Amino acid sequence: MGRKYLLGNEAIAHACIESGVDFVSGYPGTPSSEVIDVLRVQLDRSYYVEWSVNEKVALENALAAAWCGIRALCTMKHVGLNVAADPLITSAYTGVTAGLVIMSADDPFAHSSQNEQDTRCYAHFARIPCLDPASIQEAHDMIPKAFSLSEEFGLPVLFRPTTRICHSKGDVELSEPVAGLRKGEFHKDPRQYVVIPAHTRILHKKLNEKQSAIRKRLVEHGFNRYTIKGKTAIIASGIGATYVQELLPEGVSFMKIGAYPIDEDWLGVFIKKHEKILVIEELAPEVEEAVRQVAGCVPVLGKKNGYGSYEGELSPPAVADIMEKAGFLKKNPFLQVEPEQNLPSRPPILCAGCLHRGAFYAIKKVFKDAIYPSDIGCYTLGLQLGVVDTTICMGASITVASGISHAGDPRDIVCTIGDSTFLHTGIQGLLNAVYNGANITVVILDNRITAMTGHQPNPNSGMTASGVESPAVSLDAICRSCGVSFVESVNPYDITGMVTVLQEAKKRKGVKVIIAKQMCVISARRAGIKRGSYQVNPEICTGCGTCVRFGCPAIEFADEKARINDLCSGCAVCAQLCPVGAIAREGKK
Amino acid sequence: MSGSFNVLIVGIGGQGTILASNILGEACLIEGRHVKGAETHGMAQRGGSVESHIRIDGLFGPLIPPGQADLLISFDLLEALRYSHYVKKGGKMVVNRHLVLPTSVFTQNLPAPTQDEIILALQKHTLCLLDADKMAEEAGSPLSQNVVMLGAASPSIPLKPGSLLDAVKSLVPKKTININVKAFELGREYGGTC
Repeated sequence: MGRKYLLGNEAIAHACIESGVDFVSGYPGTPSSEVIDVLRVQLDRSYYVEWSVNEKVALENALAAAWCGIRALCTMKHVGLNVAADPLITSAYTGVTAGLVIMSADDPFAHSSQNEQDTRCYAHFARIPCLDPASIQEAHDMIPKAFSLSEEFGLPVLFRPTTRICHSKGDVELSEPVAGLRKGEFHKDPRQYVVIPAHTRILHKKLNEKQSAIRKRLVEHGFNRYTIKGKTAIIASGIGATYVQELLPEGVSFMKIGAYPIDEDWLGVFIKKHEKILVIEELAPEVEEAVRQVAGCVPVLGKKNGYGSYEGELSPPAVADIMEKAGFLKKNPFLQVEPEQNLPSRPPILCAGCLHRGAFYAIKKVFKDAIYPSDIGCYTLGLQLGVVDTTICMGASITVASGISHAGDPRDIVCTIGDSTFLHTGIQGLLNAVYNGANITVVILDNRITAMTGHQPNPNSGMTASGVESPAVSLDAICRSCGVSFVESVNPYDITGMVTVLQEAKKRKGVKVIIAKQMCVISARRAGIKRGSYQVNPEICTGCGTCVRFGCPAIEFADEKARINDLCSGCAVCAQLCPVGAIAREGKK
Repeated sequence: MSGSFNVLIVGIGGQGTILASNILGEACLIEGRHVKGAETHGMAQRGGSVESHIRIDGLFGPLIPPGQADLLISFDLLEALRYSHYVKKGGKMVVNRHLVLPTSVFTQNLPAPTQDEIILALQKHTLCLLDADKMAEEAGSPLSQNVVMLGAASPSIPLKPGSLLDAVKSLVPKKTININVKAFELGREYGGTC
């Protein structure tokens, strides 16, 4: 097949095709999304692929496929594994017939996440193997072995790349694709698949009995390996291992950990040959704890005694710092250079013409002194507009709103949630709020797509992952069937209309739902929708700044006048806000 | 750092830095050389500051540490200054003269450096400043700006111009090959003079 320059996730997707994967499911989440985005657009596809509505749903589907004897892949980001934790833990008891690989992509430094949890801890907790690649090539090469390991031990295997693997690029050696799409067949076996207490006690024992053989096999696979060069040693895992290898001085032994659980006997033999051990790894001290358990009187340096950090990601200078402090380098070879100070920051921002900005503007106008729980999506950027007071996890806008309502805070509560997030884990919160009589206004920001992670379709889009038409779900009908009587749909580009509906909701008690419906501006551009662009007439503009405070990246301000740049997508919201009517469509007076 | 040639490409989400880094990666492959890189995906792409690291002949990690870039290519003047500490002593900067101020400057009335102040601050490095917007127009499309930038940087990159051009041709949309080849050549011609 040859060598290609690929994104880590592209290489992982290709490795799944090389492994003859038959069934693929997952929920989008940075940095994991591109794996399914690559798999779902392959033309001569020999596997089933779906975007599921959430990670629990995705994993249960994939598990069932693996029970039917076909190879299954399930992808998600690390926090998605929390949602899927329920089936995850028990799937280790039931086991699988064909390979089940669960990719849970970690995000050290939380580049695009709400926390920095470490998937390796879940593998430890569930007692299943976990593979932790240090490079794109290794990520690619681990996938076929992950499937075969899963089949050998009859257990799901966790595959845990991090952002610096998923979103790195490199030259990767690929192999030939293997056709999947074998037909699955479910063989009834209640003692395996029905986890009543009598069965599950036996299954738990079987799971524990597998552990020792798993440890040995992971060493035989070469995921965990070492070279002895002297009396001191560095043990490293993940991307940190590549940073160490680039800096490793002569005469220092090196052990690379790429799979868990680590075999203690094998680890002990290595440690006993050394007088000092330094452990370097990102996030949780998983390797370090294993090392400390067998180290005896050999001194171990790691984050537990101040060599390295529990948070953030490693980098070459950070690793050099640790090595210098631990006496493995005389001096950090990287210069300490300070970035330029006092530059205006450039955080991500809602696009020019984004529907969320109009919706947030109207919410703030009608509900001035309110509490604004929000959720996970592009609209979390509403923080910059002062309309996001809380964000915890997927679906936690409506639940936090009802919790605050029942806690007795007298202020109005207006929460915002996107369509994909609502369908992920928002519905249960709405049902609960209605059932228990909360007083809240819910605004569903409906752009018909899962935008932030790269425009994946969801049940609201009218299309499946592979582009097959499907009936678009009615958010209105879902809300009404949860028992909400006030459900209004409105176009958030129409500020007057949006304000009127919000005012109506403000007057009422109970749970009110407003569906702010407008296509994502990026989808609209891709679909060729052109609305023209708007301009400020400098002769009319008084420089009052109303449009500038709206926060649209298309609006600039110079020489006491507003000006619209070429990012304008023609949503016309600013023209509605201008108190003197200075903004009009280009070419119109 | 182990003999790799380190290129940092920076700009604003949506400006096409990823295509530029793909072209470099593809050109390395054409020459049978190893390459490692890292880039920004996800939320930061929404109009935020973005960076692509490319290590030509890189064998280890994908990240370029501050002070270790041989070449910085910036699609925006302010972003050039933000990342200027990545450039190593004797390294080069190829910078688009265009300046987009962050929206927060207008909404929060934050102080921002002027174009002249930024250029002055950048001049402590070897600087090649160009008007990529105008040259892209001349090539036939404002969207070819990223290829103009790459062309302008190409005399400093240890890859054959033929490999870079082949990579351009294989990665841009078929209909725009001629425009992008012209964009590369216009950029390269200018880059050779600075």
